[in-house]
Amino acid sequence: MLAFIVRRLLWMALVLFAISVLVFLIFFATPGVDPARQMAGRNPSAETIKSIKHEFGLDRSLPVRYGLMMKHMFITRDLISYGSHTRVIPEITSAAPVTLSLVFGAAIIWIVFSILFGVAAAVLRGTVFDPLLMILALIGISIPVFWLGEVVNLITQSRLHDSFLFSWVPPLGYTPLTQDPFMWFKQLIFPWLTLSVLYIGFYARVLRANLIETESEDYIRTARAKGLSERRVLFRHTLRTSMITFVSLFGLDFAVLVGGGALLTEVVFGLPGVGLLTFNSLTALDLPVIMTTVIYAAFFITLASALVDLVYAWLDPRVRLA
Amino acid sequence: MAVFEPEAEGIVFDAEETGGDIVGRSPWALAGRRLVRNKLALAALALFVLIVAVSFAAPLYSNYVADTDPFASNISGTVTLNGKTEPVLQQGGGKLGLGETPIGPTWHSKYFLGADNQGRDVAARVLYGGRASLEIGIGSALLASAIALVFALVAGFFGGWTDAIISRVMDLIWAFPLYLLAISLATVLLTAPNGLKIGFIHLSAGSLWVPLLIIGLVYVPYIYRPIRGQVLSLREKEFVEAGIAQGASNFRLIFNEVLPNVASTVIVLMPLMIATTILTESALSYLSIGVQPPQASWGTIIEDGQSLLYTRPWVAIAPGIMIVLTVLALNVLGDGLRDALDPRSKVRVKG
Amino acid sequence: MAEPLLEVRDLKVSFRTEDGIVRAVDGISFTLDEGEVLGIVGESGSGKSVTMMTVMRLITDPNVIYQGSIIYKGRDLMGLSRDAMREVRGEEIAMIFQDPMTSLNPVYTVGWQIEEQLNEHNDLKKGQARRRAMELLAQVGIPKPEQRIDDYPHQFSGGMRQRVMIALALSCNPDLLIADEPTTALDVTIQAQILELIKNLKREFGSAVVLITHDLGVVADVADRILVMYAGRIVEEGNKEQIFYDPQHPYTWGLLGSIARLDRPRARRLTAIAGQPPSLINRPQGCSFRTRCPQAFDRCRAEDPQLTAKVGDGHLDACHLSVEDKRERRDKTINPELAETA
Ligand SMILES: Nc1ncnc2c1ncn2[C@@H]1O[C@H](COP(=O)(O)OP(=O)(O)O)[C@@H](O)[C@H]1O
Ligand code: SF4
Ligand SMILES: [Mg+2]
Repeated sequence: MLAFIVRRLLWMALVLFAISVLVFLIFFATPGVDPARQMAGRNPSAETIKSIKHEFGLDRSLPVRYGLMMKHMFITRDLISYGSHTRVIPEITSAAPVTLSLVFGAAIIWIVFSILFGVAAAVLRGTVFDPLLMILALIGISIPVFWLGEVVNLITQSRLHDSFLFSWVPPLGYTPLTQDPFMWFKQLIFPWLTLSVLYIGFYARVLRANLIETESEDYIRTARAKGLSERRVLFRHTLRTSMITFVSLFGLDFAVLVGGGALLTEVVFGLPGVGLLTFNSLTALDLPVIMTTVIYAAFFITLASALVDLVYAWLDPRVRLA
Repeated sequence: MAVFEPEAEGIVFDAEETGGDIVGRSPWALAGRRLVRNKLALAALALFVLIVAVSFAAPLYSNYVADTDPFASNISGTVTLNGKTEPVLQQGGGKLGLGETPIGPTWHSKYFLGADNQGRDVAARVLYGGRASLEIGIGSALLASAIALVFALVAGFFGGWTDAIISRVMDLIWAFPLYLLAISLATVLLTAPNGLKIGFIHLSAGSLWVPLLIIGLVYVPYIYRPIRGQVLSLREKEFVEAGIAQGASNFRLIFNEVLPNVASTVIVLMPLMIATTILTESALSYLSIGVQPPQASWGTIIEDGQSLLYTRPWVAIAPGIMIVLTVLALNVLGDGLRDALDPRSKVRVKG
Repeated sequence: MAEPLLEVRDLKVSFRTEDGIVRAVDGISFTLDEGEVLGIVGESGSGKSVTMMTVMRLITDPNVIYQGSIIYKGRDLMGLSRDAMREVRGEEIAMIFQDPMTSLNPVYTVGWQIEEQLNEHNDLKKGQARRRAMELLAQVGIPKPEQRIDDYPHQFSGGMRQRVMIALALSCNPDLLIADEPTTALDVTIQAQILELIKNLKREFGSAVVLITHDLGVVADVADRILVMYAGRIVEEGNKEQIFYDPQHPYTWGLLGSIARLDRPRARRLTAIAGQPPSLINRPQGCSFRTRCPQAFDRCRAEDPQLTAKVGDGHLDACHLSVEDKRERRDKTINPELAETA
């Protein structure tokens, strides 16, 4: 177990290092690209470019430049957005609760519904409901989330907003949970549903496939031979082992979303989270912000994937000694 | 006689369907037969082909039907409907009656789906945008598969250090969240004022090749993994080992034995890959880091339509419907292909 | 004993597949008395597992079609409700399977899995189930059961896992234990230990046993009576002495010839029967064994031989040859020394 953790941590360190090098190379060493000009935002002054050149050591060797980038990002944490002239890292920390609210809510919805649909489809195999549910799931994973968000907005904010159905829907935006929990909920419910559609479809399909595969395992036959009820076989044996894949997928997707992967949803619903921050800096081509969000998100996701592996080992005893 | 279980029948051992023999039919023929039997997958294939054909006929539509240039702004233009001449951009019409509102769907050959902010024909743009989206989607899926295939063949076949290094690098790229990698690449390439120069290849920032390359590159590890696994297992197969024993060169083995076998994996993955790359392209374009104006893709048109959402929803809705239909068709087709080629769906022969 | 424990009457099991209907079990009948050990022998694919899985009603393939009846203690199992069948499974009839590596759920400890079975069929107090599970583990010869009870299946060797499976099967004192190739996946030395264990426990628990195997050598020592199956049918049935000393069916001769015997020269140790079993979708006309039978003659092509008693009480076979012909030709097929030492 200890060896496993140590090995996992070493791999994580390597991944983090590799990601930071890759980001560095993309932003500072793409051929034909002048990083100082890019960092400086639109229409920069000559001084700004000069000071950036100095700060990031752009006239020095690559390793020194890499070191300076890491220093600005993690030690002094004084990276400045040349678009808004604010420090980047505090901006990210203040955006994080919004993203967390969005992703947590969506995750609960998608876990509940994907398990419901996946189990229902697997249990109802051979009836029309299985292909029907799976087509629904396919439609779910075929809809671009940002477009779905627009359609939802169109309906709830405009076309049917005056009907009794959606008159309660507040305008787009975000209210902190601590300020007004009910408002928080009302503003987030449609973003939650929209974001979860893709994942419900995907997880329901994965779970169904896993359940059906597990169903043909010898130990499921043993469970039946023991005289267990179908319900017990399903929940304590088939579902329990199928959840191993489900949970590890979930961990990674959750991490990616918290790391800013929900940016499309945040953009359509105007939620000022990490994703919207990234988006705004994309439209302004504000490189320091983009670079920082990328690195921070990548670090967060790597950390989460290490955690997922530990959970995996806990769920699947076979992994422990491996 | 007692009969139970859901599908059991009272009449047993009826003579129907007993003519088949399993031997002597190639896996491809079996797969083809299963695919044909899968009507849904065939319908999906037809739908996809139709969408491709219609999109690539975009110039015909704009020249002969809509009679408009979908890339030139037409702010002060007019359109004649049922004998009445109306401006393409009308004053007011917004929630507050302010600003200009483009004409809505006419359901006629001109401005069938209405106009966008700049008075351009949305229907014609959706077709052109489809062409760009499909080109990028298909192109990047092919690119990713080609690169992944080369690396997987090399890694899986030579094994040892070659394999270890390639696979570790792929794992590292895999660990880098896909959308972050795409965003990083896209911002850097788009901010390069003179475009990108690599050797003799020169890419301007507005070229469709930029999103195509970015998307193609980020998906390489996703295809690499399954293919490498298969190459490895093929290596273990007796016929390849026999080939090695006979002194056949690695090169010949790759081309004669391994390549044809991984072909089925790649083919099965292809529709699902294209579905994914089309979705990725639309997301990048929506975030303004994909296809750049004056070019259009489904994603950029949705972004254009966002500001008109409550007044002229069709601008954003129409390209979205196209994306959903295309991606859904590809997903259904991909599922059908996978089922058709999956050896596990064959008659189970167990001990 | 007046009434047999189990009586299978004209059982037919088939599967609808893409390529047609697979007749896996094509009309077999047999009985089993209380405490009796019945060996079912036949090559892989001859329908042994499907037969006994049907008795347990463990086949979940929705494309299955059944016909016939399975009378257990006077009740037709085919007619039982799902819940009534669950009471039978595990409590009255228990089954152990070929591959001990995959037959236990990898995510639960072996103790948990035995306790689950105990709790399903008995009202036990907390701790009682655990104590009983430990006893069972000790009974099947697992050293330090108080420690091993909390181990996961992957922490056991193949032989030990099969012992756990046996403990699981015996946990509710079943009247019938079905062992489907319990030793096939194991090393030869472990095989002998497991067979010995089954024999001893059978005596201790008094259950009847159905022992399925493709190797006549495995049942030689244990079985009271033997069924020989080929292509979904019984081709010969008799007690141990009858099958080993006076085998009637050419297929049985082949099986006897392929018993692994250490006293033979290596090259002759495993003389498997040449050829492939017939398609279960298109069964050939006449005797199903004729495509591989060295003794086949005209009548075998035209007429399906019926399972009838020709040589003695309870010794049945399905072959057109006359008893004299069989006895004469048999000795040329099987080595004469075999009959003496078996
Ligand atoms: N679910 C199924 N679908 C189709 N054919 C099956 C199925 N289960 C078993 N069979 C076929 O039935 C025959 C008998 O199988 P089985 O009873 O497992 O043989 P064995 O004697 O080796 O235990 C085999 O030819 C097998 O292919
Ligand atoms: S009936 Fe004929 S073919 Fe069948 S076993 Fe007897 S001799 Fe052989
Ligand atoms: Mg079997």
